[in-house]
Parts: sequence; C-alpha cells; structure tokens
Amino acid sequence: MIHATRSLVVAAAIVLASGCSGEMKGSASDGSKSASSSGVDLTGAGATFPNPVYTAWIHAYDSVAGVKINYQSIGSGGGIRQMQEQTVDFGATDGPMTPDEMSKAKGGPIMHFPTVLGADVIIYNVPSVTQPLKLTGPVIADVYLGKITKWNDTRIATLNAGANLPASDIIVVRRSDGSGTTFIFTDYLSTVSPEWEKTVGRGKDVKWPVGIGAKGNEGVAGQVKQTPGSIGYTELAYARQNKLQYAHVRNAAGRFIEPSIASTSAAAAAAKLPPDTDYRVSIVNAVGPDAYPIASFTWLLVYQNQPDAVKGRKLKEFMRWFYANGEKAATALDYGPLPGNLSQRLIARLDSIQVGGTK
Amino acid sequence: MTAPARPEQPQRPTLRQRAVAERTVRTLVRRRVVSALMTVVVALAAIATTLPLLFILYHLASEGASAISVDFFTKLPKPVGVGGAGMANAIVGTLTLLAIACAIGLPVGIGAGLYLADFKGSRLATLVRFLADVLNGLPSIVLGIFAWEFLVRPVKHFSALAGGIALAAMMIPMVTRTTEEMVRLVPNALREAALALGYSRARTAITVVLRTATAGIVTGVLVAVARIAGETAPLMFTAFGNTFWSLRLTEPIAALPLQIFEYAKSPYDEWHQLAWAAAMVLIVVVLVISIAARFVTRGRVGGGHGD
Amino acid sequence: MSADGSAAATTAAASSDRTDGRSLGERIVGSSVGDRAYVAIITGFAVCVPLLLAFIFIEVLLAGWPALQTFGFGFLTSATWDPVHRQFGAGPAIFGTIVTSIIALIIATPLALGVAVFLSEYAPAWMRQPVGFLVDLLAAIPSVVYGLWGIFVLIPVMREHVMPFLRDTLGLGATPFFTGPMYGNSVLAASVILAIMVLPYISAVSREVLLAVPRSQREAALALGATRWEMIQKAVLPYARSGIIGGVILGLGRALGETMAVTMLIGNSHEVSASLFAPGYTMASLIANEFAEASDDLHLSALMAVGFVLLVVTLIVNAIARWLVWRVARGPKGAP
Repeated sequence: MIHATRSLVVAAAIVLASGCSGEMKGSASDGSKSASSSGVDLTGAGATFPNPVYTAWIHAYDSVAGVKINYQSIGSGGGIRQMQEQTVDFGATDGPMTPDEMSKAKGGPIMHFPTVLGADVIIYNVPSVTQPLKLTGPVIADVYLGKITKWNDTRIATLNAGANLPASDIIVVRRSDGSGTTFIFTDYLSTVSPEWEKTVGRGKDVKWPVGIGAKGNEGVAGQVKQTPGSIGYTELAYARQNKLQYAHVRNAAGRFIEPSIASTSAAAAAAKLPPDTDYRVSIVNAVGPDAYPIASFTWLLVYQNQPDAVKGRKLKEFMRWFYANGEKAATALDYGPLPGNLSQRLIARLDSIQVGGTK
Repeated sequence: MTAPARPEQPQRPTLRQRAVAERTVRTLVRRRVVSALMTVVVALAAIATTLPLLFILYHLASEGASAISVDFFTKLPKPVGVGGAGMANAIVGTLTLLAIACAIGLPVGIGAGLYLADFKGSRLATLVRFLADVLNGLPSIVLGIFAWEFLVRPVKHFSALAGGIALAAMMIPMVTRTTEEMVRLVPNALREAALALGYSRARTAITVVLRTATAGIVTGVLVAVARIAGETAPLMFTAFGNTFWSLRLTEPIAALPLQIFEYAKSPYDEWHQLAWAAAMVLIVVVLVISIAARFVTRGRVGGGHGD
Repeated sequence: MSADGSAAATTAAASSDRTDGRSLGERIVGSSVGDRAYVAIITGFAVCVPLLLAFIFIEVLLAGWPALQTFGFGFLTSATWDPVHRQFGAGPAIFGTIVTSIIALIIATPLALGVAVFLSEYAPAWMRQPVGFLVDLLAAIPSVVYGLWGIFVLIPVMREHVMPFLRDTLGLGATPFFTGPMYGNSVLAASVILAIMVLPYISAVSREVLLAVPRSQREAALALGATRWEMIQKAVLPYARSGIIGGVILGLGRALGETMAVTMLIGNSHEVSASLFAPGYTMASLIANEFAEASDDLHLSALMAVGFVLLVVTLIVNAIARWLVWRVARGPKGAP
C-alpha cells in the first residue's frame, strides 16, 4: 500500500511538474504550422447546433493561418454565461440574447454576428406514407397542442389527398432540454398560431402541452426513428443523416416548401434587414416564394470593445476568413450558408469591432 | 469413589422419539433443498449482474470497433469528413485529470476514512459520516456549477486544475466512506496488539491498520476512480475541453467523457462511432488502472480476508 | 518506515525493556508529538467533508433564493414548469427522484448481494478477481453511454417485451402501477438503468465486507450442522450487515444524483403518476437538461433552487436510512 501510494504520488508529481514547466506537445504530426508559444490562441463556447461547421472552419483556418481556436459546444446558455463573465473570447448562440442578458455582460456591449442558417424540419415515422407529407403551421401547432391526435385527422388528410394515413395516434416527441432548435420551432408556432403564442409562447425551453421529451436533437431523431407513428422536430442535418422522413411545410407565400439548403438560404435572402440592424432578428415564416418557413440564424457573440488587442485582431481575421470562405464547408455538412450579399455586409460590419483597447 | 455408572442399554426408540427423528430427517432434506436452491438463485444473480456489462461492452465494440485504429491513439480530433481523427489528447487529458484528482482526493479521503473508523463514536465523526453520504448523492452537475463559481469565474479562464479539483471533490466522500467501512473490518485485536507493543497511534494506523485493509481500500478507491473517469458534468465548466494538445494545468484540457458527449450529440455516424470507441477506450483505461493498482498492492496482508 | 524518531525510540524502549526515565504509561501512550500530529491531520481531512458540503449548500441556497422567495412553498408542490411565463414548480421532479431511487435500490440490492455472496461463498478463488473486476467496471461506464445504450437497446426491449409481460402475462395491469400507454420512456426504464448503475457500488462494498468475515464464524456454523445457505444467512450476513448497508447507502447516493442516463430514459415530463409506465422527471435530470441553455435569471435561480431541494431531500433520505441502520444494528451482530 505504501508503494502504491508512493507510485501514485510520484506519478502525480511528474504530471504536475511537466505541466508547470509549460511544456506543450507540438502538433507537427497533424501537419499544421507551429503556433504561438501559448498554445491555443482563442477560446469560444456556446451553441451545439453549429458545432460541426465551426469545427470544420477552425480546422481549415488552422492550416491556412496557423491560429488555434478551441471551441466547445456547452450550449447556448453556457456560451452566453461565459461571455457575460468573460471566461471565453467569443460565444455562440442559437437564440439571440435578451436585453436583460446583454446588460449583464461585464465587458460592455456585445454584437451578434450571424454565421450560418439552420432549419427545423418536421420528422415523422409513418411507414405507410410514401410521399413527403404536406403540413401547414397551424396544423403543426395543433398537433403539438394536442388538438389533432390521429394521423388520419381530416385536416391532415385534406392537405395530403391520396396519402395512406393510418388511423393510429400521433405520438408527439419534443425536446426535454433547452435548445435553440426549440426556440426556432416555438418562434414559428407562435407566429402562425395565436393560441400557441398565448398558451405556450416562444423560448429555448417551454411548457409543452403534450409529448414525450427526448434529450437533444439526436434524442428526438432517435426517438422518432424507433417509434412508429411519432412526429418530432429537429435540425435538417439530423434528419438527413438519420434518413428520416420529413414534411414539406407551407410558407407565407402559400407554397409547400421542402426543407433544404437552398430553401433555408432563401429564407435569409427574403428577410428584410434594415441597414442598422443588430441582426438579433427572427426569420421564421419569411416572405419569399422559395423560403422555408422554419429557418433561423445562428450567431457568434463578440464584444464590441475587444479587451485584448492581439486576440481581438485574430478573432476579426478569423471571422473575415469564414465569411469569405466558409460556404463550401457549411453546405457539405448540411448547413445553410448565408446569402452572398449578407456575408459582404457582415464583413464590412467587422470594422465596428474596436480592437486596440487597453489590456 | 463409586464405580462409573453402567452405560444404559440402548432401548427400543419410543414412538415419540421416532417421530422426532423422522421430522428431523424431513427437515434436513428441506433445509438441504433450500440451500441448493439458494445456490442456484445466487448463481443466477451473479449472471444477471454481469450480463448488462457484457451487453454494453458488446454494443460498444460492435458500434465503435471500426473507429479504433492507430490514429485514434495518436491523432487529434478532426472535423467530419476529414479523416484520420483521433482522441489522443483526450486520453492523455483524462489521465492527467485523474492524477490531479487522486493527488488531492486520496489523502483527504483515506485520512477522513481513518478518522471516522478510529473515532467512530464522536460527534464530529457522526456528522462527517452523514454528510459524506449526502455529498455522494449530489448530482455531478451541481458540483460542476459550484466548481465553476469558485475556480473559473474569479480567474476568468478554464483550467485543468479546476477540473481535477472538481473531480477530487466528487471522489472524497466516496473514498471516505469505503475506507471507513474497510478499516472498521480490521479486527480490534490487531490494533490493540500494536498499541500494546507501544506503537503510536500514527504508526498503528499506517503500518498495521492500513496495511491490513489495503485490498478493501483499493477496491473502494478504484470504484471511485471509475466513477470520476466517466463524469462529464463536472468537467464541462471547469476543464472545458480542448481540441488541441495541452498539458498546462492552467489551460483547458481535453477529456474522454467530454468528447464522447460532444460526438454523441452530433448527427454524424462518423462521430458516433468515435464516441463509442472512446467509451470502450475509457473502460479499458479504467480496467488497466484497476489491474495495475491490484498488482502493485498484491502480497500485502490481504484486507482482513478470513482469519 | 517510521512515523518519527521518537516513535521508534518508544518502540525500541518497549521491546528492549530499557527504561529511559519515563514511566511505562508514558511510553505506552506513545510519542505525543507524532500522535498529536497524526490525529490533527486526519481530523483536518475529515473536516474537509462538512466544509465542502457547507460551501456547496450555501452557494446553492444563495443562488436559488430568489426563486424560492418568489414561489414559496408552492415550489415544492406545483407541477407547472414554464420558463416562458416564468412559473416554476418542482413537485413532479421531487416525486420522480424518490420513486426512481427506491425502485432502483429494490432491484439492485438483491442482485448486488447475490453476486457478492456468490463471489465470497461459492465461487472458486480464481474466479473472484476477474468477475469482481467485471462487476466493478459497471461503475466506469460513462453515464452518457448508459443513456445511449438505454435508448437503443433497453427502451425497445422494455416497450416490446418487458412491459407487455408485466401488464398482461403477469396480470399486473390490474393494479394502477402498470397502466397507461407503453412508450418505453418511463419511470420504470429509468429505474432499471439506475439499478444497473448502482449495482457496482453495493456489490463492491458488500463483497469486501463478506470476504472479511472471519473463517471461524463460518466454520462454527458448519460445525453446528448448518447447511451452506444457513451458514450464510445466520453466521456471515449478520456479521456483514452494517457494511452492506453502508454499500446500499452509497448506491442510494448515486441513484439520487444521477443525471444523464436518467434524462435519456425517463421521458422528461412534469407529471406525477402512479403508473411506472408513465414518463416522469427527476430533479437531477431537470437541472442537467436546462442548465446549459438557461440564461434568464429567474430560470437559473429556479434550477439552483431545485439543486437545493435535492440536497435537502438527500439529507432527509439519508437521515431515514441512518435511523434504519441504527435500528437494525441494535440486533444481533458480530462486527467488531
């Protein structure tokens, strides 16, 4: 036992010693350029939804500029909190910060920069239906309010003439954890259904009238995949990767739109953004012939006055890079890239980030 | 001295005696049957207990085996579709965090356990025992939030040290209680013999009591290590995670449970497979630590096992 | 290894019978410096535990105070959890925590004891370590992995086989505990996964305690004519009783605080139902589900208040368990 304790203590001492000596293993084996002696250049935290895209951009940027960025998807709320406390250099969120939250930020005003687009798709598991279902906002709202309970309800049947709808119960699946995906979904439902807006409202986390709660997008996708007769909502990437059936939703222009990268970008293009917008806007139910109605931005959060000049510059360069070059990586991963002119506007907006403040 | 009484002649058994004898035989048969039945029941319980682990390991292996490769142990995490991804930094990170946690948690936990066993009647001991049990029931996320509040927020950055301390806080109540239970099993006779020989309390504790209880204490420690090795919540807001190499204690550090959590949440099969593979590697790491610990402590007077 | 110089001198003095001017009593009591230091150190370590808990308790109470103040006692009974309209009540979560933990212990304790008894009494010596390792490894599986396995394997099995079996074949559907639609995600599924997660703790401690029962106890029972099972039941188990209960309480702690796996299997629904087939909620999963995304102050405070309530519930449950131990330990026992 003494020897065991000794070995443990020695081992711990070695680790501590090597840690304290500031040794850092080079990443030469990955072929990237050696970075500055501090290791990681920037730290970011927040939204889970865009994590795959940000990871791809960060990795590509490392080989282009040798700047190392450590982004961890601890959740939008986590990202907002870390930003408020300034424990990270930038944050990411799927739902815009409220004025109350922004007032608590210790480093001054925070700017929201949209990065990519996400779409909530309505997934379902009804094997007897072979063509994609057509649904409208009010119908979806009533399903989630518990007012439409069977698949062969007249309202669904009228929209889908000829579809083989079973007489079984609709098993509603919703999220148990707070999330930006829920925010987009409830934002949309509040927009199209006055009753939803009154009783439930919009939020990352709401009091669901019906349904079983699954954790995370993958939880909802998994649940729907395994439960015949179920319906759920999840991000486009999850629906595609899990090969689930998803519905065509009628948009504000009256057309049934299939969720896709193109229709998601169309929603952003259709959104009318005033020149002085702070981009904390919702683009659900966008007016545009090809716009998918349940779409939204996801944002990067940066302080308008960067506390650290070196980091601030690197952050701006990174953002400039991905606005110019990030589209391909985004579409490859099933994310909707920002429309070209919007990217340009945002690159110009980067200039309003003040760098060179005192440390 | 009178002559010893003549032994009585064996008489024919009375009806009553015969009835008692028959009942004894029947009871004996029943008792033996019960005993045999319980053997079966106990064996079934043993099988039922090992089954979930085997199922889970099988599931992990079948889902994650394809992701296990040399790359997994040598390369850093990569985006989806890039290939050649690995979790080398997470493996090293987990080991680092475990080392920090043990360096803090073991002395405190074993020391507190010794206190509880030695002073078991005192009011402080009763309080500490009770509160250790309560601490064992604390959700790890509350501990993580607490650790963030005191170790990260004031200094405005995440660190491996904060993660190790959070894990140590989780480990201490477990090790305390298991150590106490094991030390209590050391026969008082051993303790008293040592004290009678003039050993001081400290020497008795260390050379006699701890040595005797070693195997049991090691079991308790290993179970605690196994538990903290797989915890995500305490690390999310302290060690934070790192996509790059880092061994500096004041920087964020990668860890296997964090990677598993991140990848399991994603939509991509590639990352799912890596998550399963990482889970398998985590279990193997814990197994290796267990075997090593047992090996190092073998040959000590085994934990009061038997007389 | 020597604790310190004077201890060695004391030992040497005692063994070689040399007196050095001190009385026998002084020598036997031991070197005061070494002993005092030792006692001070271990007391110091022991005090860390209440200190740690006190810090956490205060922290959680302070953070949760705004919510507790706003909702008062209703926080414990209300079933409304509405972040949008800022109404929070943790009643169903409290109920779910207690129910799942109790059922998990009911399932896990016999199994864990069974395997511990098997390893200490029946299994050949070579089997002990490997099988012991296997069971202990259950503690190493990350919670997330349990959750995922539960979603992909356990839930379908429960939904398609176990639940119909319980309800129809065993006829338990007649009771109010096994009714309602069988989604799979349910209090029962969460309890089962909790039971699996809690097993290794109970089993590891029980195994060690059983192995420590002196052989003389066993031999005495067998000499008196006991069958093997009777020996275990009457000579071994009572001796190990308090240690086993310690293990069960350790498992209880785990069950009360488990988050990830439970939240993936329990259905996460703020409702109180007598049926085990119904979805439910636990306090720990409530916090875990919403903390990462919560940014509204009252919401965060409500979550911390739930943490506080969980601490209090844990205190109460442990107090009850301790009282039970005290009652039980007053019976026949053999532990030193």
